[in-house]
Amino acid sequence: MKLEIMRFDGKRVERYEEFEVGRVATLLEAFYRIKEFEDPTFTFEAECRSGICGACAVRVNGKERLACSHTPMENDRIEPLEYHEVQRDMLVRREDSFEKLTKAGAYLHRYERSVPDTKEERKTEIQSDCILCESCYSACPVLAIDGSFLGPFALSRAYRYAADSREGAKEEIVASVQNSGVWDCTLCGECTAVCPQGIDPKGDILALRTLSLQSGYSDPNFATLSFSTPDFSF
Amino acid sequence: MNYDLLIIGAGGAGLSAAIEAMQRGAKVLMVCKTLPTRSQTVMAQGGINAVLHESGDSVESHIEDTLKASGGLADEESVRVLCKEAPSNIEWLERLGVPFSRIDGAKTPLESIAQRRLGGASAPRACYAQDYTGLKIVHTLYDKASSMGVEIRTRLFALSLIHDEEGVCAGALFLDIESGELKEIRASATIVASGGFSSIYHGYTTNAYGSSADMHSAILEAGGYLSNMEMIQFHPTALEGSAILISESARGEGGYLIDERGERFTNELAPRDEVSRAIFSKIERGGRVFLDIRHLGREKLEHLMPQELHLCRLHAGIDPVEELVPVSPAAHYSMGGIECDRQLRVSGLYNCYAAGECANAHLHGANRLGGNSLLEIVVFARMAAVNALESDKRVCRDTGETLHKAKAELERILGSEGEECDIYAMRREAGRILFEDAGIHRDAKGLEKAMEKISAMRERLSQAVSSDKSARFNTYLIDFMQLRSSLMAAEAMLVSALAREESRGAHYRSDFPYERQEWCRDTLCRLCEGEVVVS
Repeated sequence: MKLEIMRFDGKRVERYEEFEVGRVATLLEAFYRIKEFEDPTFTFEAECRSGICGACAVRVNGKERLACSHTPMENDRIEPLEYHEVQRDMLVRREDSFEKLTKAGAYLHRYERSVPDTKEERKTEIQSDCILCESCYSACPVLAIDGSFLGPFALSRAYRYAADSREGAKEEIVASVQNSGVWDCTLCGECTAVCPQGIDPKGDILALRTLSLQSGYSDPNFATLSFSTPDFSF
Repeated sequence: MNYDLLIIGAGGAGLSAAIEAMQRGAKVLMVCKTLPTRSQTVMAQGGINAVLHESGDSVESHIEDTLKASGGLADEESVRVLCKEAPSNIEWLERLGVPFSRIDGAKTPLESIAQRRLGGASAPRACYAQDYTGLKIVHTLYDKASSMGVEIRTRLFALSLIHDEEGVCAGALFLDIESGELKEIRASATIVASGGFSSIYHGYTTNAYGSSADMHSAILEAGGYLSNMEMIQFHPTALEGSAILISESARGEGGYLIDERGERFTNELAPRDEVSRAIFSKIERGGRVFLDIRHLGREKLEHLMPQELHLCRLHAGIDPVEELVPVSPAAHYSMGGIECDRQLRVSGLYNCYAAGECANAHLHGANRLGGNSLLEIVVFARMAAVNALESDKRVCRDTGETLHKAKAELERILGSEGEECDIYAMRREAGRILFEDAGIHRDAKGLEKAMEKISAMRERLSQAVSSDKSARFNTYLIDFMQLRSSLMAAEAMLVSALAREESRGAHYRSDFPYERQEWCRDTLCRLCEGEVVVS
């Protein structure tokens, strides 16, 4: 099987290179084959091989996939994640996007005594399945024009804590997602479509918008518009 | 810059230690070779043990079960601490926001946490978060640590401890993967929380390739001790070839293990070491073993183990609903490791502590009980942080030799005066040798043969140069260094396995197929003029 892989040596050279990888079960197996048998300089990240560590996310024909969970097809075009500085080949700098978790208030601020039950468990079960592969981040078109946008995984995780009955400072989380946050999302749903864990960041962002409205915030995109002038069009 | 505490590793143990130290106002730096949340901890599915209520269970039973599984090698005092501290540590996790699975109708937060029974436990005491217990603990710890402002430096590969001739440590020396430069990080105390070393069995391990004993070899080189390195737990059912883990639940729900003739040959629910040995006996004689879960039916399987079905389809191209799944045991967990005392101080060194799978804190002995490893990384890592901060420190009188030596060595490896050797072929070869001759069945002849080959590889690698000369993001160089550490750890494992002339727990010697009273003790190894020696 032939794969077309984007190469970047960390300086300026960027090109696509074809590799014949033979029969492989997963794209990650192809990566290892290239590094072990073809080109020891080929650079990528992977740890667990079973879809749980989030390290090996790349783009296959423009769609985000975990290399360890993707069965490659003839002539697949492989590229690193978008909206991250490419360091070498598939390796990207993830530290900046990870920092957005704290900015979005994605942590338990103040523990409040609560006795959760199975219904409570289900409220945040899916969101807390996140493996930080950042597929959603790479698929988000807002980040193409606004690098400061908190992005899907951080907002989804902010919702996970805001919806937790043990969180005693929900208002702080809601405040954290107002700027470059929930109102900047276009609700296109690309994040939801690519998540390997079946998480729905778009839905969580909508839920955060509801919490925001209930806390007295409003959509700043409508702030300058007036809907109260008389309508003479009839 | 001098830190109060340097933590090497950012998995469950590293993060727990970091949060504890931050809460005590210490100046902490946590370092990892990849990123936090990429650690082995995320792969732990089963649960974390704690006796949360005394109806039908007790802390005493938890202690008893742990000691029983250990085959007499665990330290009762340490096990007692672990089990007693378990409930308060679950509460600590609960208050940090870990999204545990729940039960209905509970009266208190702790009582609401759902618990399941794992193998070898006399009661259901493993707290879980669906099948993602490790993942959800690590991510919650990471969210908390980040919010507290724990300083985390990523992509730093630990090369050695900064130490003097007396073994007094003052931090560690790292290779910055981003720049290719060496970085010295100095700290009053160091906690090693770098994970296990099962990936020395490359190709035959459920672990990530990065579980490569980097710090085990650094500890040896600094004059510290490793212990019970021969005690490796093999998981009975990994996929043949890819070594992807198929969880115990497949057998727990009634799956069969059958041979090529379609016959069952073992009690599928026996302890891991017994089942692994039964399977390996078949494989050793050229046979194959299959997991048969077809009789459970599509509906039940889709509901109970969707992840397992997916992994079989993806990695083996097999649909377990209709087909047999070829399986083989694979190295899964290292019970032994960096030798430490009850305060978690690394033996032979000062100002240096170890916690988590990398350490032998004398909790698991010859066999680990499911659910105790996640417990260890929380309870003992926090304890290590407290001890490291509160203890008296010795002054390190290092002469800068560590840096000097590492610099020369790195220059040599990145230079061209030497043979480029196929490190990946060596990695595969080492994994195969260790699995075949020093895996589930061991004997003196096989171990000696393996030792000869591994030593030869180590010798060859010590003369070799890197095939990638780049300074920045040179992951080939990292693989090179990891292989070097793995081979040293493999030697330590081999000399220990040779020394222990008996069978106990996970260590089975076909030439000594029984337990011997005089071996109801630990093996201890250290480096002596470049050679690993055991006592």
